[in-house]
Amino acid sequence: MRNDMFSMLRRSPFCLQEVRKSGSRPGNLWGAVLACLLVIFMAVPDTAMAYSDEELRNVAEGLNVKSSTKKIEVIEEMAADGDPRVAPILRAMLEGDLYVRDSDEHVVITRKQGKVYTHIDIVSGEEVGESGSKEISKIKVNNRLRGVLRDALATLNLFSPDLAVRSNAVEQIMDARDPAMLPLLLRAIDREEDETLLARMELARATMALAAGETTEERLSAIEVLASETTPQIRAVLSQFVASAEAEGYEPEVVAAAEDALESVEGRLSTWQTVGDVYRGISLGSVLLLAAVGLAITFGVMGVINMAHGEMIMIGAYTTFMVQQALGSILPSGSAWSLAISVPAAFLVAGAVGVVIERCVIRFLYGRPLETLLATWGVSLVLQQGIRTIFGATNQQVMAPDFMSGAVEFSTGLVLTYNRLWIILFSVIVVAGIAAVLRYTAFGLQMRAVTQNRRMAGSVGIRTGYVDALTFGLGSGIAGIAGVALSQISNVSPNLGQTYIIDSFMVVVFGGVGNLWGTVLGAFSLGIVNKFLEPVAGAVLAKIFVLIALILFIQKRPKGLFALKGRAVEA
Amino acid sequence: MNKKLQALIGAGAMAVSAMAMSAAQAAETIKVGVLHSLSGTMAISETTLKDTVLMLVDDLNKNGGLLGKEVEAVVVDPASDWPLFAEKARELIEQEKVDVVFGCWTSVSRKSVLPVFEELNSMLFYPVQYEGEESSRNVFYTGAAPNQQAIPAVDYLLSEDGGGAERIVLLGTDYVYPRTTNKILRSYLNGKGIADEDIMENYTPFGHSDWQSIVADVKAFASAGKNTAVVSTINGDANVPFYKELANQGIKAEDIPVVAFSVGEEELAGIDTAPLVGHLAAWNYFQSVEADANAAFIEKWHAFIGDESRVTNDPMEATYIGFNMWKQAVEQAGTTDVDAVRQAMYGQEVANLTGGTAVMNTNHHLSKPVLIGEVQDDGQFDIVWETEGTVVGDAWSDFLPESAKLTADWTYPWVCGNCEKPMY
Repeated sequence: MRNDMFSMLRRSPFCLQEVRKSGSRPGNLWGAVLACLLVIFMAVPDTAMAYSDEELRNVAEGLNVKSSTKKIEVIEEMAADGDPRVAPILRAMLEGDLYVRDSDEHVVITRKQGKVYTHIDIVSGEEVGESGSKEISKIKVNNRLRGVLRDALATLNLFSPDLAVRSNAVEQIMDARDPAMLPLLLRAIDREEDETLLARMELARATMALAAGETTEERLSAIEVLASETTPQIRAVLSQFVASAEAEGYEPEVVAAAEDALESVEGRLSTWQTVGDVYRGISLGSVLLLAAVGLAITFGVMGVINMAHGEMIMIGAYTTFMVQQALGSILPSGSAWSLAISVPAAFLVAGAVGVVIERCVIRFLYGRPLETLLATWGVSLVLQQGIRTIFGATNQQVMAPDFMSGAVEFSTGLVLTYNRLWIILFSVIVVAGIAAVLRYTAFGLQMRAVTQNRRMAGSVGIRTGYVDALTFGLGSGIAGIAGVALSQISNVSPNLGQTYIIDSFMVVVFGGVGNLWGTVLGAFSLGIVNKFLEPVAGAVLAKIFVLIALILFIQKRPKGLFALKGRAVEA
Repeated sequence: MNKKLQALIGAGAMAVSAMAMSAAQAAETIKVGVLHSLSGTMAISETTLKDTVLMLVDDLNKNGGLLGKEVEAVVVDPASDWPLFAEKARELIEQEKVDVVFGCWTSVSRKSVLPVFEELNSMLFYPVQYEGEESSRNVFYTGAAPNQQAIPAVDYLLSEDGGGAERIVLLGTDYVYPRTTNKILRSYLNGKGIADEDIMENYTPFGHSDWQSIVADVKAFASAGKNTAVVSTINGDANVPFYKELANQGIKAEDIPVVAFSVGEEELAGIDTAPLVGHLAAWNYFQSVEADANAAFIEKWHAFIGDESRVTNDPMEATYIGFNMWKQAVEQAGTTDVDAVRQAMYGQEVANLTGGTAVMNTNHHLSKPVLIGEVQDDGQFDIVWETEGTVVGDAWSDFLPESAKLTADWTYPWVCGNCEKPMY
């Protein structure tokens, strides 16, 4: 080992931090230093050789070739060496930040800011100048190289001082299932002190030991470890093992044990599959609910067949885009604030458009559903083409804030994406808000009065025309809010509304016209039924089945799930 | 009621296009019809092609026109409505008396106008990649046939550099192009030793927006321990939610690469591509191609459209090639007469934008290079693989038994688009 301890110490910020922190508590200082020394030993596999500066530079320059096979040779050589400076180079290459400087053919890591690339020397880790994109050329990676790089980093990271990095590395190794990694993994198991991670490592070892194991006992114990887990990878390992049992001539008792284990893993996985289907159904339901709840007011409460409802959603989405553009200079793109500001903005813009439509078109057509339908259909075409003229026909990009990107992943294969989780929550809040407005505000009271008996409401002094306009505005505004949410999962294009208009009507009709809770229940049941049918029948057939079922249901109960009782909207 | 609605929309669209046309009445001009949807679902893709043709016409006129005459573009809007495409085509040919038409995007719109062009013996340039299995005397196909896009892309996925895929997921929108392409691919994959149980095929409706289950299914399918790749023929609007779901569910390109045939620079414009780096697309052109012709074309496009952020894409290049070929053929024939121009088209060579030469073959398909690009975080593609030379477009796939025996050749002695033996 040609590494000197102090340079290692210098390169390991984790250690310095520990030492500095414990500096205030003198009693702990030695403990921290000891821990650091341990870390240093762990950071370097036993066989490690470290490059001299010149060697490292030369080896890295070997990456500047066209053939990916040659690149892989170099990557593997670098990874095997175990020099701590290798990992940042490989990581930069994986992320597409490794470049060759045209002037001196040196390999540099770059950090891009706007159009300027800052060069970082691979040997010293210091900034050594900057340039535009013309003076440097990228070391290209493809998916095969990315896989190799990731595995190489995983083996390097197996000895990282950072627990999170280590545990990531173990997951990678478990995915890769490359028996060649077994010796390294065994060494890591010897050193690992964290209990949970140790368990994962044992599992990873079991996945490899199953096929690579020497004795019956080894295989049986590997199967035992595997059977206690519920992940799709384990299922794959076991089913491959069972499938290859005959060809490889494994012992019958081992095969029988593997078959039992496979069955129990599959059973548990299918339960998780169902959980996933329900979640996805709820998620689809919440999207449907957001899209339909505005319509539940305009169509459900006022009885206006509003074909331009989808366009209100679209206007909400475009408002989100506009807000993001307008705030672009003040806030970083994809900031949560721009989304938060978009919600009231979209409500106001879409609501205002709704009021204008009601005052200019719909109020002349109350009680004439066919004409209303045609007129609002026309309005929807006008709005679509209007947006197309202003913004162009192409999609606009609405950035997702960080807290809405990514997902919680369970090892069982269940993935809950953050944007969907937030939308479920958001839809609940919106519905609760509407219910509160209808129930507890004076406007809500007047609105209910007007829709239940217009003449009577008028004679007690309610300005019915005014209430109509505001009700329509409220419904449209809520559609606008839905647009904010949908901009996170869908296209922001002039056609956005068309995608949701049919579904919205389905939800409202199914749930029962004029009933908010019917809409909620309708949305979630349609969503869940759809998601359970989809894996069986395919997306196209699932849609058709749902439509047929809905038609049959409406034949049986023309008023939907919850019919409004009493003297209702007909008048 | 539905009929009424349609009539109403039709009337509206007609009124708009009638206004557009009244401006175009000068006597000694050569008329070029543009049949692309400017409203409705396909406007997102087709509007750009309308602008491309207008730019090319504009350019031609600045350089003295064609045969000494001014060229005039006649633009109509078929509004993403397939029957309306046929009506508008007839209107262009019979009333406007255009000499050639550039248009259509979806295969169903092309199938809809085909009888009109054949009946009236006019000429259509179709600039989009498609499923093949067609060769009409009146259509020149300047987009890719399956052997110029789908087959090389799958070859790449199966190769070591592409990840050595052993299981393939075929995802598509439910209409003729994905269904036919996937039929060809399935038979091709079977030939490569990939069994049916290792192929998952899934179709979704147009504009499908909830991809949760399907992406989860793909993930489950890929967890069987074999390298898995996705071939996507998902079209149009459905792509943005699909890629957003892929990104959010954390499907990395090095685990499950997705190669798309209908996703180009324009489709990526609405997505944050940082989580999608490494996913693939197969085309005959990318904006990132380093060639002088391409740089000039991009500059011209930005100047014409007045927006530096607008991208260029493959169907634009196909339109460019088609337009220039037609121009050369007209010059060579000395007339815009359809039959004369058609004869002059065969063997016509035009510089493409990737630094090579496109040649029109007698089966009405082009010879083009095939490129595979990886999505980059700026929404552009980095070319990772390309064919050595150009590939000749094949109208009838060799991988479907019923079409392998057919030949398309519109010169003597064949003179036929789908024959097993020559006509003469």
